[in-house]
Amino acid sequence: MSTPSTNITSMPPGPVIKSKLSRDDIVMRGGMVVIALYLIVTLAFPLYAMLSKSFSTYRFELSQYEMQVSDQDGVFDGTVLNPVDLNAATGAFEDADFSAGSDSRLAVTKLFPDFSFRSPVMYQIRNAQPGGRFLVGSTLHDDMEWLTLDSNSFRRVQLRPVKSTGVDNFVNYFSTPALFNSVKNSLVIAVISTVVTVTLAFWFAYALNRSCMRFKGVFRLIAMAPILVPSLLPGIALVYLFGNQGMLKELLFGASIYGPIGIVIGSVFFTFPHAFLIISTALAISDARLYEAAVSLRASPWRTFWTVTIPSARYGLISAGFVVFNLVITDFGLPKVIGGQFNMLAVDIYKQVIGQQNFEMGAVVSVVLIVPAIFAFALDRYVQSKQVATLSARSVPFQPSPNAKMDRIFLIYSSLIGLFIVGILAVCQFAALVKFWPYDLSLSLNNYQFDKMDGGGWNSYYNSIKLGLLTAVIGTSVIFFGAYLVEKSNGFRVGRSLFQMIAMLPMAIPGMVLGLAYIFFFNNPANPLNVIYGTMAILVISAVTHFYTVSHLTAVTALKQMDREFESVSASLKQPTMKLFTRVTVPVCLPAVLDISIYLFVNALTTVSAVVFLYSPKTSLASIAVLNMDDAGDIAPAAAMGMMIFYTNAGARIIHLILSKGVLRRTQAWRAR
Amino acid sequence: MKRKVSTLTSLVAGALLATSVAAETELTVYTAVEAEDLARYAATFNEANPDIKINWVRDSTGIITAKLLAERDNPQADVVWGLAATSLLLLKSEGMLEAYAPMGVEKLDAKFVDGDNPPAWVGMDAWVASVCYNTVEAEKAGLTPPTSWQDLTDPQYAGHVIMPNPNSSGTGFLDVSSWLQIFGKDGGWEYMDALHNNIARYTHSGSKPCKLAAAGEIPIGISFAFRGAKSKAAGAPLEIIVPSEGVGWDMEATAIVAGTANLEAAQKLVDFTVTLGANEMYNTGYAVVAYPGVAKPVEHFPTNLLDKMIDNDFEFAANNRAEILKEWQSRYDGKSDPK
Repeated sequence: MSTPSTNITSMPPGPVIKSKLSRDDIVMRGGMVVIALYLIVTLAFPLYAMLSKSFSTYRFELSQYEMQVSDQDGVFDGTVLNPVDLNAATGAFEDADFSAGSDSRLAVTKLFPDFSFRSPVMYQIRNAQPGGRFLVGSTLHDDMEWLTLDSNSFRRVQLRPVKSTGVDNFVNYFSTPALFNSVKNSLVIAVISTVVTVTLAFWFAYALNRSCMRFKGVFRLIAMAPILVPSLLPGIALVYLFGNQGMLKELLFGASIYGPIGIVIGSVFFTFPHAFLIISTALAISDARLYEAAVSLRASPWRTFWTVTIPSARYGLISAGFVVFNLVITDFGLPKVIGGQFNMLAVDIYKQVIGQQNFEMGAVVSVVLIVPAIFAFALDRYVQSKQVATLSARSVPFQPSPNAKMDRIFLIYSSLIGLFIVGILAVCQFAALVKFWPYDLSLSLNNYQFDKMDGGGWNSYYNSIKLGLLTAVIGTSVIFFGAYLVEKSNGFRVGRSLFQMIAMLPMAIPGMVLGLAYIFFFNNPANPLNVIYGTMAILVISAVTHFYTVSHLTAVTALKQMDREFESVSASLKQPTMKLFTRVTVPVCLPAVLDISIYLFVNALTTVSAVVFLYSPKTSLASIAVLNMDDAGDIAPAAAMGMMIFYTNAGARIIHLILSKGVLRRTQAWRAR
Repeated sequence: MKRKVSTLTSLVAGALLATSVAAETELTVYTAVEAEDLARYAATFNEANPDIKINWVRDSTGIITAKLLAERDNPQADVVWGLAATSLLLLKSEGMLEAYAPMGVEKLDAKFVDGDNPPAWVGMDAWVASVCYNTVEAEKAGLTPPTSWQDLTDPQYAGHVIMPNPNSSGTGFLDVSSWLQIFGKDGGWEYMDALHNNIARYTHSGSKPCKLAAAGEIPIGISFAFRGAKSKAAGAPLEIIVPSEGVGWDMEATAIVAGTANLEAAQKLVDFTVTLGANEMYNTGYAVVAYPGVAKPVEHFPTNLLDKMIDNDFEFAANNRAEILKEWQSRYDGKSDPK
């Protein structure tokens, strides 16, 4: 029995059979490597630069200096004092006093307990090592010469810190209550907003999918409107509605809109469409047989709801929850406008970087912000991977049956939600047209004279359109081509799955964090890519990378619908794959390509967080103008610019719709029989 | 045909000649001056110096300062024209400024010139803290107009005052550093503790409190006089109050960046910035300028402003900035957090 096996093992190993790489394979792998490299350079490297920045600290090093003190007559006896020893003797500074920011100074007179600025004692100070720095007043001394000063001048000596690395920044962060509180605030707001939004969006989606109420098309259209505006816009509307001069401020019973209330209401507005889309998809597919079974088992509608409807939609609900949570916790525009003194993580990054130029601390807050964002993202991925098909081939699609009472309730409910969304937009448009709220309510177009305000004027609007178009064209090409290579190339399994993983990463990285990471990476003079800093190119790159994942997934879904046989056929006909790609794949997937373009265009116009650290005076953007005009107190012009973004995006949507229809008729005719 | 060629040659020659005659020096000038003023400033300068071309790089004070500091080892700017003196002090303490005494600097108010000789920077004009008081909303809330900083701590103003956050706004920092100078270190923090009880919220930018007061969103906004005058001119029911203890201020100033390749042109530009003509030019927006006797009153500007400006110790402000901001943050940031 054992003889044959011995025979086999004793046989010499045959040559490893390797399929030969065709030219096509090489082209496709090359393309994949190029796009993967793009993602590594625009995502991994900058994030690494940011991480290392968060560990870059400043410290006062007393050992870098030497001092001498004279007697009462101003005569030095030549004794050189080491400040480290002085500090050990006097205990003037504790170790915590030496951790510093780039801008910190340390006065030295504390080292001399009997110091008096009136005394005739003279002092000498010098840098004991090259690289040491101290100031007298604001004059820098960085050489190693002894400097003689009288007491009154010695009082003005300030030591400057040197760069080092360590966890000081994180220690500092977690021991500053004002900063650390933001973690709690952000989590609380994100959880509340998630619960409220998902609940509201669920019933809205339920009404649209499971009732026979009227005007479903209109409601669907309205529900998607918030996607077309920057997240700051609801904040501006809330100021006009519930601010101290607000139209409806009595509704708040004296509570202030500036703070958690405003942030939650605004968050519900701008995350609503995202939650609605996901839940609606989950509710759209359902098996009527389960409901028939419930009826025949005499289950009450309430019981049916909890045992059939909710379980079948649970993955949608969970996914919507994570998406909303992530959007709220990483959003920066809304809490900036309406948050008042209520600190959130994303605003802290902005305050540290723009307000204080404390880039190291900005990097620390970014690292802290990434943690919940990645956590929510990973959890969502995990839950989705558990999902199994609930819809089998034998399923019967559920058809809602009319129920006059329920339909009326749903219509009222949906109208209220619709009123909320339309109301917010209408208030902004109204505010933009009023001359001087609340003292002069006559209408005028004064608020559209953007050139007279800080924020870049009309140019920023045109820049935004340019950014939107460039992002749509370049982004769609890169992302769709990348998805094609991953989906349709042969072999190279490791590389392909690695690519899939990298392509998922941008979704987990908040826009602000990406932007800040870009400063560290691209604004480094040693980086050869430094030239794109401050140009339109870096804005396009940041937008494409930031919105990569959703576009990639859309493309992959569309490509999966195409059989791999196409590739085999083209190969057997000896046609290069690129020809197949341009002649067959792209035309067949054109609806998806158009969807990706409009997604990129709209988001490039509305995003604030991905570009707020990257625009330059020449490339100011409309969404940034909204932020800056609001910041300067020009709230009405900010609303006007916000509505310009809305109209532009709405127009782009309509063009997209017409194009899609026309394209569908021309290229998708084969689908119809 | 031949004629055509010769015309062409002469045209080309003319063009070449023209460029060589103009032999323009180009200066890269960093500035935080309002965008609408820049063209006017450059035009006035070019009347006297047609051979020097200014290339502006403009952004807000904080961003321009950060940009300059980031380029410390490889400066891109030749001149800084119109940046807060506190920012220039930071640059000076990094050894980034080329000391130069411009022609006629002795005619300027000494307050506006760096103490060193030769000075590292020279001032242009001052922006001064003030309180914007909305008379309509204040009457609705039954408030009496405050006349001093101390008045603002009165409980009647609780929740009716907005000021900029010094951590993100230069104006906010100017207020805080002036209170620490007026009331002393302990007195200053005590004052801010009391004022904090009345503050509705802190804004990110320095002009927003006044614009919010102008819009009636809040009766009292601590901001700067220039902003208040502008809003008042736009028709807002504002009173600009100059508190009796004195008000903090900062100035826009000019300096040469050390290591510039165009030192001669840079000096010409700085010479120009201290002239009478230049100061008259600053006066269109700013009521207080460096050249004594130039300033004509600006519409809606409080008249006693100049007397109320404190003897600002810029060195104190610059050297204690990091510490003051840290202290401020630990005391007041996150106002709405439950206690």
